[in-house]
Amino acid sequence: MTSSTVTAPGTTSAKPRRVHLSDRARAERNLGFMLVAPALIVMIAVTAYPLISTIVLSLQRADLRFPDANKFIGLSNYGAVLSAPVWWQVVWHTVIITVVSVSIEFVLGMALALAMHRVIFARGTLRAIALVPYAIVAVVAAYSWNYAWSLTSGWIPHLLGLTSDPLSHPFGSYVAIIITEVWKNTPFMALLLLAGLALVPDELLEAAKVDGATAWQRFIRITVPLMKPAILVALLFRTLDAFRIFDTIYIFNQGANGTESISMLNYTTLLDRLNLGLGSAVSVLLFVFVGIIAFVFIKGFGAGSGPIGESS
Amino acid sequence: MTLNWYVFPEPSGSFATAAANCSKASNGAYQIKINFLSNSSDQQRISLVRRLAAGDSSIDILAMDVDWTAEFADAKWIRPWTGANAAAVSQGVLPGPLKTATWDGKLYAAPLNSNTELLWYRKDLVPNPPKTWNEMIDDAIKLAKEGKPHYIEEQGAKYEGLTVWFNSLVNSAGGQILSPTNKILVDHTSARAAAIMRRLADSPAADPGLNVAMEGTSETAWEHGDVAFQINYPFVWSAAKADSPSVFKQMGYAPFPSVIPGTAPRVSIGGYNLGVSTHSPHPQLAFQAVRCLVQPVNQRRAAIKGGLAPVLGSIYDEPSFAKAYPFHALIKAQLEHYGLRPQTPAYADVSLAIQDTLSPTSSIDPSTVVSTLRNEIKNALSSKALL
Repeated sequence: MTSSTVTAPGTTSAKPRRVHLSDRARAERNLGFMLVAPALIVMIAVTAYPLISTIVLSLQRADLRFPDANKFIGLSNYGAVLSAPVWWQVVWHTVIITVVSVSIEFVLGMALALAMHRVIFARGTLRAIALVPYAIVAVVAAYSWNYAWSLTSGWIPHLLGLTSDPLSHPFGSYVAIIITEVWKNTPFMALLLLAGLALVPDELLEAAKVDGATAWQRFIRITVPLMKPAILVALLFRTLDAFRIFDTIYIFNQGANGTESISMLNYTTLLDRLNLGLGSAVSVLLFVFVGIIAFVFIKGFGAGSGPIGESS
Repeated sequence: MTLNWYVFPEPSGSFATAAANCSKASNGAYQIKINFLSNSSDQQRISLVRRLAAGDSSIDILAMDVDWTAEFADAKWIRPWTGANAAAVSQGVLPGPLKTATWDGKLYAAPLNSNTELLWYRKDLVPNPPKTWNEMIDDAIKLAKEGKPHYIEEQGAKYEGLTVWFNSLVNSAGGQILSPTNKILVDHTSARAAAIMRRLADSPAADPGLNVAMEGTSETAWEHGDVAFQINYPFVWSAAKADSPSVFKQMGYAPFPSVIPGTAPRVSIGGYNLGVSTHSPHPQLAFQAVRCLVQPVNQRRAAIKGGLAPVLGSIYDEPSFAKAYPFHALIKAQLEHYGLRPQTPAYADVSLAIQDTLSPTSSIDPSTVVSTLRNEIKNALSSKALL
């Protein structure tokens, strides 16, 4: 876009250049700045300030218990985190939980979305029912599942005829935690995918049907490609969310049996050990991971383009 | 003047009565307002330290778990007790509880109540309670072979209870984890303690839920009736009495089992101490109020109504207390010949290091546990490494 003397605020994407603005344009631009200023100030206060403060803390030896020992120590906290075997263990645990639970949620969510899309009667009611797990408070859901898996009082070990406690070893703990996550978050996945399904024009599907395409071919060749932006947004949201998993693990076993996640480690370091420097370094690294995931999704798979999630 | 007292939620109302009576007796000098914290000791600590570190002046008196003293004192969150105040709240207090309130040679809190774990067993299954851990595991294995209820309930979940268990075993084996000057003393006694934990975990005596068992789950399992032995605090007595009369009828109690045959055990002391916040605007009134709150009449009420073990030795000999607490002599003996969890400002880190090394108990390697533990505790004490 070539900049002209008059530019309506909000429509230009070119870099501001030193051009002669008319009084009116200048006034409009100033008005624009003033209108966005409150939002900008709030964003700086609630997002930028804590972020910068965390980064600053992560460069210090800052422990609430030893206030006299506070000092700037550069990147030592990052060195301590990255050189600790426990850090790479929790990264690995987090990756396992994220990949497995998001994959299952995607498959089930797609099935649920297709069912909700095709259903003819009581559409609103069925959608509302499907959303119930997502509406339940995460901690409550985690407690219910934890009781369900308990050997003495739960229905799951009883149903499966288990004699040993499934939650007392890593495999059982992972299964229980992942099932809880899947149960809780599949509706969210389904809802996002349902929005994507609405974008697929029926004419295309009918035309393909006339041409002799099977249901599977129509799904893979037409529905999925047209839904791609919605799929990527759904996967991106859920991956970012799953990567920060905390409540379910906290309720189940506080990270015992090799299920400690990055957020769980972050919590222990910050709130239990009161080591703000080290904990902030973990927070920043978690933030970096989340940034990388978002970047890969958006640049690598183009999640940001298309009809949904239009960004650039 | 209002004094804010932050304390664990005491369900019997004894603390509320104590606070009201003390306020009245002060003739308007102060009014104690109780603020209940969460049930879990970890959560209580998190709520308190956030406020204390931020210099919150709305906390005057705080109930501290016995293993927080060094941390709170070194961070200068609580005031030391001196002179007449110190003398008043340490007079007649049993040696174990008093030690938990002391750090670096100074008294930092007034002992409020104590706690110690006993062995609870089924009289119908076990005619003579075992004297040592190995005897107990042998007895349980024998019961298992006979097809009778045989589980041993211990707290094997990855939380403070695991540290309590390990520390009791190490102390009972004649060892210590840390010296008072925070030198690491982990040695063969730790290996011996770890070997007992591993032996239990591998034997049929272990509840299948050992790796997730906490005090409450142990108690529930006990009431279920599949359990022959339980290591737990005295709250299980009144709980079983209320919830499971048939099990209660067969409920016996004995000292915590020894590690070395013929040598009395040293069991990790629990309970709470009362500290006065550095940021309290009325410290002198707060000291006075605490002196009132820990008076014998209040300890007696909390013991009889609420089941909290007193810290004053004289109460154990009173008939009314003996009736409510049939095992009073065992408790008193264990508080006199006690075990102490490591006293260090980095206690949260050290306990975490112990839990990391020993959880799950079924994977403990007694041959490497000493070196692993030394290494982990060294990292914990430096408070610079990730745990």
